[in-house]
Amino acid sequence: MEARQDAWRIYRESLPILVVSLAGGIFAGSVLGSEGMTEGFERFPGLLLLLPAFLATRGNVYGAMGARISSGLHQGMIDPEFSWDRRLVNAVAASFINGIGISVVIAVLSWGILHLLGRESARLVELVGIMLVSGVLTSVTLIFGLLGLVFASYKYGLDPDNLIGPIVTTLGDIFGVVFLFVAITVVGGIF
Amino acid sequence: MAAAGPEEPLDTWAIRSIVTTMFPILLVLSLLEMGSGYVLEALEKTYLSNPTLLVLVPVMIGMGGNLGAILSSRLSTRLHLGLLEFDPRDEVLWTNVLAIMGLAATIFSALGVAAWIVGRVIAEPMALADLMLISTVSGLLLAVIAIVLSIGATYISYTQGLDPDDTTIPVVTNVCDILGVIVLSGVAIVVLN
Repeated sequence: MEARQDAWRIYRESLPILVVSLAGGIFAGSVLGSEGMTEGFERFPGLLLLLPAFLATRGNVYGAMGARISSGLHQGMIDPEFSWDRRLVNAVAASFINGIGISVVIAVLSWGILHLLGRESARLVELVGIMLVSGVLTSVTLIFGLLGLVFASYKYGLDPDNLIGPIVTTLGDIFGVVFLFVAITVVGGIF
Repeated sequence: MAAAGPEEPLDTWAIRSIVTTMFPILLVLSLLEMGSGYVLEALEKTYLSNPTLLVLVPVMIGMGGNLGAILSSRLSTRLHLGLLEFDPRDEVLWTNVLAIMGLAATIFSALGVAAWIVGRVIAEPMALADLMLISTVSGLLLAVIAIVLSIGATYISYTQGLDPDDTTIPVVTNVCDILGVIVLSGVAIVVLN
């Protein structure tokens, strides 16, 4: 059965990276539960409300960018290397705009929702500051990390389609939570 | 530098085009995620009485989206290449579904064992059988949801003339993010009572 062999091939190619993603998820859970993080959630009300949206932006922006790059590679429209290629530069720039822009919007939304409901909220400048710092750090790390890994896997003959989602989730789990911690520390130190 | 192919204009790779296609979708999905934020907040107290369950949460949120993203990305590329038909007898479709279910069974079994070990080290231990049941049942349910969503979203964006690369993955990932916590909570409540 050719179909069964194909399914087995997809399984074999996808499993290792999903296992790495599994480890990343367990790591993220431990960081989120850490004392410094829970203290941050208590100090800045609204962070818990925006947390799922913040963590989800990685899949939105960078997963879509990865799929676009992968389709471009498959169709021979871009080369698997860092260069000033017009399509590559556009895809990267658009991802920065989308990723950092939506982070700031999420902070404003969270603040607005809490105010509409008449509940306690951190100051707008604090929430925006935390999302801006963690948004910029996460964007840089995820965009260049994802491109490097997608190019490398394509050159080694692996289908990037099987890898993009898990790579984004794993890098996002680890760096998203760590950079959120950093941002809370930085903004907490300023204000 | 790769030359711009004559068949596909540079337009779909313009910054403005990518941003104006995606940002409204990002905005709507972020609002939906805010609902998920409330659900998590409300359920946090329930989870605190079984801290080991918290170990499952980030993986339950991320893995449904992972499986959906693998499938969506594959369907989207094969659609671009003209290798896929939306027909229940299409072999490419079933091959991919079979692989995703196999991956889900493997990953969520491993998660049950891993959470049990972590729980014994840092939290109050739970019965291995309970954790395995919760992890695999909620994981396989989530995988079925991810498959249905991936095929549905790819099909809809295809018939609407949208590029699935810009539309499918955000929809599938976000819905799985939101449903992951809900599915896990429902299954955990049934198993533990």
